[in-house]
Amino acid sequence: MKKSVFIGALALAGVSGGMAAAGTLDDVKARGTLNCGVSTGLVGFAAPDANGEWQGFDVAVCRAVAAAVLGDASAVEFVPTTGKTRFTALASGEIDMLARNTTWTFSRDVDLKFEFVGVNYYDGQGFMVPAELGVSSAKDLDGATVCIQTGTTTELNLADFFRANGISYEPVPIETNAEAQPLYLEGACDVYTTDASGLAATRAAFEDPSAHVVLPEIISKEPLGPLVRHGDNEWGDIVRWTLNALITAEELGVTSDNVADKAAAADPATPEINRLLGTEGTLGEMLGLDAQWAVRALSVSGNYAEIFEDNIGESTAIGLARGLNASYTDGGLLYSPPFR
Amino acid sequence: MASITDPPSESFKLSQLLSDTRYRSYTFQFIALIALIAAFAYLLSNLFQNLAAAGLDISFGFLSEPAGYDINQRLIEYTSQSTHWRAAVVGVLNTLLVAVVGCFFATIIGVLVGVLRLSNNWIVSRLMSVYVEIFRNVPVLIWILIIMAVFVSVLPQPRDFRGEDASASMFLDMFAFTGRGFYLPRPYFTAEFAAGATGWLIVLALLVGSFFGARALSKWATDTQERTGDRPTTWYLTLAIWFVPLIIAMFVMGLAWEMPELKGFNFKGGIFARNSFIALTFALAIYTAAFIAENVRAGILAVSKGQTEAAASLGLRPNRIMSLVVLPQALRVIIPPLISQYLNLTKNSSLAIAVGYMDVTGTLGGITLNQTGRAIEAVLLLMLFYLTISLTISLLMNVYNNSIKLKER
Repeated sequence: MKKSVFIGALALAGVSGGMAAAGTLDDVKARGTLNCGVSTGLVGFAAPDANGEWQGFDVAVCRAVAAAVLGDASAVEFVPTTGKTRFTALASGEIDMLARNTTWTFSRDVDLKFEFVGVNYYDGQGFMVPAELGVSSAKDLDGATVCIQTGTTTELNLADFFRANGISYEPVPIETNAEAQPLYLEGACDVYTTDASGLAATRAAFEDPSAHVVLPEIISKEPLGPLVRHGDNEWGDIVRWTLNALITAEELGVTSDNVADKAAAADPATPEINRLLGTEGTLGEMLGLDAQWAVRALSVSGNYAEIFEDNIGESTAIGLARGLNASYTDGGLLYSPPFR
Repeated sequence: MASITDPPSESFKLSQLLSDTRYRSYTFQFIALIALIAAFAYLLSNLFQNLAAAGLDISFGFLSEPAGYDINQRLIEYTSQSTHWRAAVVGVLNTLLVAVVGCFFATIIGVLVGVLRLSNNWIVSRLMSVYVEIFRNVPVLIWILIIMAVFVSVLPQPRDFRGEDASASMFLDMFAFTGRGFYLPRPYFTAEFAAGATGWLIVLALLVGSFFGARALSKWATDTQERTGDRPTTWYLTLAIWFVPLIIAMFVMGLAWEMPELKGFNFKGGIFARNSFIALTFALAIYTAAFIAENVRAGILAVSKGQTEAAASLGLRPNRIMSLVVLPQALRVIIPPLISQYLNLTKNSSLAIAVGYMDVTGTLGGITLNQTGRAIEAVLLLMLFYLTISLTISLLMNVYNNSIKLKER
């Protein structure tokens, strides 16, 4: 009896494995919620606020996709993932998309079989040290103890950087950002390294941020973006163009305040806004959604610039400048393909 | 007059497989076995089909690619350019180190606490009960985290040792106890012929020699006792056998000590026992010791009181009663559950990543799995490793168990 139950369970596991390949869009619609993988807590990017509501730069992408697909920005199940669990969660179908400041790399795209839909933050790996150590360059860090999040590209960059410069270090692997903070503050490591944006967010959460300095060296390219599984291109397109809609809206001056007005009637003077907001053309239909998808996505928390300023911009505690993440019209790298 | 007839010759017909009760059960078992194999074959092929459909193939080629990441505690040569396989081996050695050291201390603490819990002293026995109940009833992961947190926040960091008015100082200028771990003096040999590992091999050989020497001496003492009734005093000879060759060897090979020194960010030189290693080993040892203490107590209580009384009436002193009469019998009860405690400790060491200790779950099952995305392969290898190590421990302990169990003649 026990044996047959065991075999039945195995068979069921085998069959359900075969079903995961069905269309993600249909799954999400049938379920009524979007399962979005986020970080376990990085203020500004993804962290629950005092009311337990998830807030942040990456969270806003999830909400925009949920609004575009389901018409409800709150129909998102946020799944906290660590650097180690995120890819398994996505590959196994536990989450529909991953928006967890994840670096777009060749091997993740090709070998791990994921589809990066774009870049929502151009970042690079930096180092943070207590100001009292008097370190001014990462090359002075010979022999230092370095706290590092395990399972990330930063782990590999760090090994490369120290080897290339012929200096030694002692790595202290840590599972999450939240665990790294006390270790760094207690002095169990001299240096904390992660993406520069993450360092700024972590430092902002400290009691005395001015006691810590971020070193000038940026040792890697870290283009961070949302990703989905390989093979479901329709779903990939939806996430990709929702992100592009946010970026294009900034370029075209569509904000959360004026999107309703602009979507009310087609303005012959602004054809691309019309196509974006569905008052002209059938872009929404091509995606398998309705014409209002981008209007809903933009109504949640506005365009890219608004999301940036509200969560991680210079007016927030994290205080990141736009820098590379300005629109190409302002000398940055953000450039969305046209809505045509 | 009886005639002897041959027994009817064994004729076997195929139908007997079903009709004859002697064979029927075999038939059915055979059929069940075939069905079971077929079922597993179907499930496996299903698994491989689904993996292929998802674009995943099982391949262990990634093990020979460079790992790309660094590991802090490595017992063998390893750099970020070494292969994933070597990273896994480094992890395996780290796991074994924690397991061996943890089992060693767990046994010592466990036996001590188990015996003391039976003490006639009310305070001592109650204290030991409190220890057992507290450690046994809180999950080991919590203990690991608590000990690590206390370790890191209570002990001074290397930067506190720096400067003129340092708030911390080294103990005897030889030991530095910091929140990052303990720095201890490292012995090494200055003589040319004993440089590196050679010297330690010589020491090991001497120790093995001393062990057999001491055993021969003890055997001689026992023989003498059986012949004459008097046991010769041998303790100073035993001490000499253990220490004289060692001290001579140390002198010849030029033993010297490398002291830890504060240089730059950290102490350099000496032996470095990392905070993660100490916290993990300590937590596992005291947690498992609580269980072992209960096993020991149960084992001692299982020896009937008549044995103790009989020994006492022969004039044996209490500690001789414990070591000569009670413990040898109690061990028979203690060893089998002790095996499973050792296995538990070894398997619990996979919680190492909670404090950033790079055991095999941290290297092969953590970073390698994550960087290569080879989840199935990595987890299969991990299972194989833990299975092998657990079965090996079982085997060794069973051999020991057989050697001490009641010899029935």
